[in-house]
Amino acid sequence: MEDIIVCEGLNKYYSGVHALKDLSLKIKKDSVVGLIGDNGAGKSTLIKILSGAHQPDSGHIYFEGNKVKFKSTKEAMNLGIETIYQYSALIPEMSIARNIFIGREQTQYNVGSFGLMKTKTMQDDAMKALTDVELHLRSPDTPVNQLSGGERQGVVIARAMYFKSKVLILDEPTNHLSVKETNKVLKFVEGLKSQGVTSIFITHNLSHVYPIADHLCVMARGEKIADMKKKDTTIDHLTDLLVNG
Amino acid sequence: MSKNFSLRSLLVRPEVATFLMFLAIMIGFYIANERFLDARNIRIVMGITPEYIIVAIGIAILMISGEFDLSVGSVFALVPMTIVQMVHQGIPPWFAIFLGLMIGMIVGFVNGFITLRFGIPSFIATLGMLYIARSLTTVATAGFPPPFPHILPNELFVYQFELFRASLYWALLVAVVLGVMLHRSNVGNWIYATGGDQNAASSMGIKTGNVKMFCFILCGFLAGFAGMIQTFRLEAPLPSQGYLLELESIAAAVIGGVSLFGGIGTVFGAVIGAILIRFLESGIIMARIDAEWFRAGLGSLIIIAVVFNTYISRRATRIGQNKAED
Repeated sequence: MEDIIVCEGLNKYYSGVHALKDLSLKIKKDSVVGLIGDNGAGKSTLIKILSGAHQPDSGHIYFEGNKVKFKSTKEAMNLGIETIYQYSALIPEMSIARNIFIGREQTQYNVGSFGLMKTKTMQDDAMKALTDVELHLRSPDTPVNQLSGGERQGVVIARAMYFKSKVLILDEPTNHLSVKETNKVLKFVEGLKSQGVTSIFITHNLSHVYPIADHLCVMARGEKIADMKKKDTTIDHLTDLLVNG
Repeated sequence: MSKNFSLRSLLVRPEVATFLMFLAIMIGFYIANERFLDARNIRIVMGITPEYIIVAIGIAILMISGEFDLSVGSVFALVPMTIVQMVHQGIPPWFAIFLGLMIGMIVGFVNGFITLRFGIPSFIATLGMLYIARSLTTVATAGFPPPFPHILPNELFVYQFELFRASLYWALLVAVVLGVMLHRSNVGNWIYATGGDQNAASSMGIKTGNVKMFCFILCGFLAGFAGMIQTFRLEAPLPSQGYLLELESIAAAVIGGVSLFGGIGTVFGAVIGAILIRFLESGIIMARIDAEWFRAGLGSLIIIAVVFNTYISRRATRIGQNKAED
């Protein structure tokens, strides 16, 4: 299978701290990649670069075979790389439908980039997007703060699916979730594969990502210390790598 | 069941609660004095209210985006003062109005620029502007308040019809246009998103700095426009006009259900909040209560409104948490 993302020799410094050291990584299309590592291992730095939020100091990124340089998250999103951050992916007080279309509203009577929202279409499409990820909620007008943690992650994933993302980067999507809610999220992510979406699942909890991952990548102190297919490794081996670096 | 739910969700909407509070006050003062609701009193109260409505709408939208503006009271005086002085200098009235309103927008821009560029709380940036703009107003009077130049087209803005003044229709126009903008346009969606969670909004590609800047400029424009209407109504530019208006307009927005933390509120709520304050003031006078009680009443209303809204939002959040524990 072809690689959808290839990173070559990425380096990133934050005021003197070498946060990412010469990182190279290949991500296969339609796979689930588990990116694991303890706090401060460089996971967040890597995803910030892949999502366009930060720029690498050196190194190259190829997306679908083409060399890319993201100046903003919007540029990465336009190519189909969508990032779901741990805490801030949805606006709690806003409705599901409005959240799904933030920054990408369907509008009419446009003047330049401004226009009136097609509220009805947005509501219908929001419901359809939720159903597509097997999330059944009562109404697209429900404020997001009335949803459980797992349901919220479902909404975020539905949003990425609706906008035809090719790569979904999930930053600790199961943090602070109950066991039942975690399983729900894992099911969402597993379902993405069959719909032609590659996901990068970042976590420090190996047991969450192991069951659904095809490929696992371990990071420590800004470096990649292991990168293998799941069938070539065991949970004990990975745990050992995580703990002892 | 579903009908039941929608009724309940309607009742917990903050601006609906404000409207009920408004009705209670209207009925209460009507019982105290029947003349509270006769045409004469409504004409008096609604004659002065439009200016407050317009300022409250600007403040509400800015607060929804997550920022404050304490300089609106000073801009409310500065803009009409400069318009009047420019006309005295021989500048054509409409051009003077245009330039005056531009000054309001420039003050809004400066507020936004200082807040966003230096990352300081807008509370402080605009507190500074409160003093600066008030000082400029006094300087612009050049010693004593100038006479009102009657070549200004004030009738267009404040003409007294049978019951209402033209200014009320201007205020309604502002409310409808900005209500549509806030609640129906994509810009409105960005404003709510920016105030609700700035990090989430910018990770979705919204330029939150630009959104806030737009709200600052809009707020400055509306404060200046409202101040111009008041000067046109009084036919006297007073350097003291709009004194303490910044607090009163924040009060109107908050009573109308706008959150102090951003992300929540409606144009309708701000309008009702502003009207409610003016009728409260009138009702206290009509009920022959010492007028000094107005501020106590206003203070109580603010506290009740905020306590109530906090209670509602806690309850909404709890629904989500309970679900997670199921």
